Amino acid sequence: MAKITFITTGKETITLEGTSGSVMQLAVDNNVPGIDGDCGGVCSCATCHVHVAKEHLAKTGKASEIESDMLELDDHVNEYSRLCCQLEINEELDGVVLQVAESE
Amino acid sequence: MKKSALPDSFEKARVETGIGNMDDQNDPVQMVLGLKDVRKCAHNWKTFQSGAEPGRIVVPSEVAIRKIRQIPFEVDPPEHKDYRSLVEPWFKRPLEDDYKAALTAQIEAIVDEMLTKDEVEVVEDFSLRLQSRALTLLLNTNYEEALTWISWGTHVFRSEGEALDGSKANILYDYIDQQINKARKKPGADLYSMLLSAEVNGKKMTHDEVKGVMILTFAGGRDTVINAVTNSIAYFAEHPESLDKINNEPEITGKAVEEFIRYFSPLTHMGRVATQDTQVCEHAVKADTRISLCWASANRDERVFENPNEIVLDRKTNPHVAFGFGTHNCLGATHARQIMNILLATLSKKVKSIEIVDHKDNIEDLDQFKRKVGFHSLNVKFNVR
Repeated sequence: MAKITFITTGKETITLEGTSGSVMQLAVDNNVPGIDGDCGGVCSCATCHVHVAKEHLAKTGKASEIESDMLELDDHVNEYSRLCCQLEINEELDGVVLQVAESE
Repeated sequence: MKKSALPDSFEKARVETGIGNMDDQNDPVQMVLGLKDVRKCAHNWKTFQSGAEPGRIVVPSEVAIRKIRQIPFEVDPPEHKDYRSLVEPWFKRPLEDDYKAALTAQIEAIVDEMLTKDEVEVVEDFSLRLQSRALTLLLNTNYEEALTWISWGTHVFRSEGEALDGSKANILYDYIDQQINKARKKPGADLYSMLLSAEVNGKKMTHDEVKGVMILTFAGGRDTVINAVTNSIAYFAEHPESLDKINNEPEITGKAVEEFIRYFSPLTHMGRVATQDTQVCEHAVKADTRISLCWASANRDERVFENPNEIVLDRKTNPHVAFGFGTHNCLGATHARQIMNILLATLSKKVKSIEIVDHKDNIEDLDQFKRKVGFHSLNVKFNVR
């Protein structure tokens, strides 16, 4: 079980609980604005872009090369960027805070 | 070689130089073949523009058969965003429950119909009809309009054997003019009416701007969807275990859809015009010449995809560019994904196996390369589960 908090671009705070699957799917299933998951979570569309709160980077770990390559060309990428379809829900993620990235 | 296979014709050139060459009506194209290069060029809309002369970024060029600018496809930022923001919510309607239910009913009905027949020619009797019926949902028009579109046959712009057919294109243009005029006289809830009543930057859209959106909508999702559907049938015919896998593990359907679309890459490539002298992969690209973003080659890039020439049904990481990349990525992707998701679910539920009886490959002539993109005809027998 993990508590995951999303902060939308409209500054709304949404806290959800998940047990498994990807963070993207949890967000989409709960209609978190700004997280679309167009490609179903295979790291192909970058519509699940989030910024991990600085203090929680250890919870999420680093992006793979494929994920980084996708993020690199996003206009709103920064050093805290992740595609949350690549974040698997597990206990390590408990308490993480994710800022939904601005879209194009 | 398997009949359902779509070989990667670009491998040698992609590995050796990263660029292919194609002459097209005296407006040559340097084809960008590697995934990273394709993404970089797609992202760089300033250097590689879409807002060139109408028809020029399509390969083969449509400059000779069309004066209308396709919108938002042939518009650069910043104007691009205004048009895109207008149509994007409409093209996301396939996510709605009503839409999904209507599309499911259509696809189940046509699959059921095929299962009553002894033998089926998939391209004309299944894929074209499925694509056209589904399009009535996207346009939110009367179901009967599909009959007109089906009567045009599989190639809107091209007759079999010819790359471009101006007189066939005029059939589409005249039809769209008629529909726009009809909607102007009697507004409804269809896409024509939505566009006519909308404002972009405080101004109503002109007839030609509405026409530009509609030509794109018809042209963009015709051959591509038809090929994706037909290729899926061919694949299942030669891999019956995959029908069972999807039936037993329906949760992989979404991944299977993305993997089919990656492997089929129904849109082989799309052009851009260089706005300044530049280079790609150490090859000079002069200003006012064309490159193309070769999605089909990028999607088989061995540096990115493991076993790139295999369909791995549950491929977990799949950074394909079959729907393009960047600001002009495919507006029809939501609708196309929905069609494919429902098609795969329906086939896996109802069909046990498929037998290919006859086939005629559809091979694109790309000068340096010849690429199989699908079938001109595919005769099969379906066996019910």
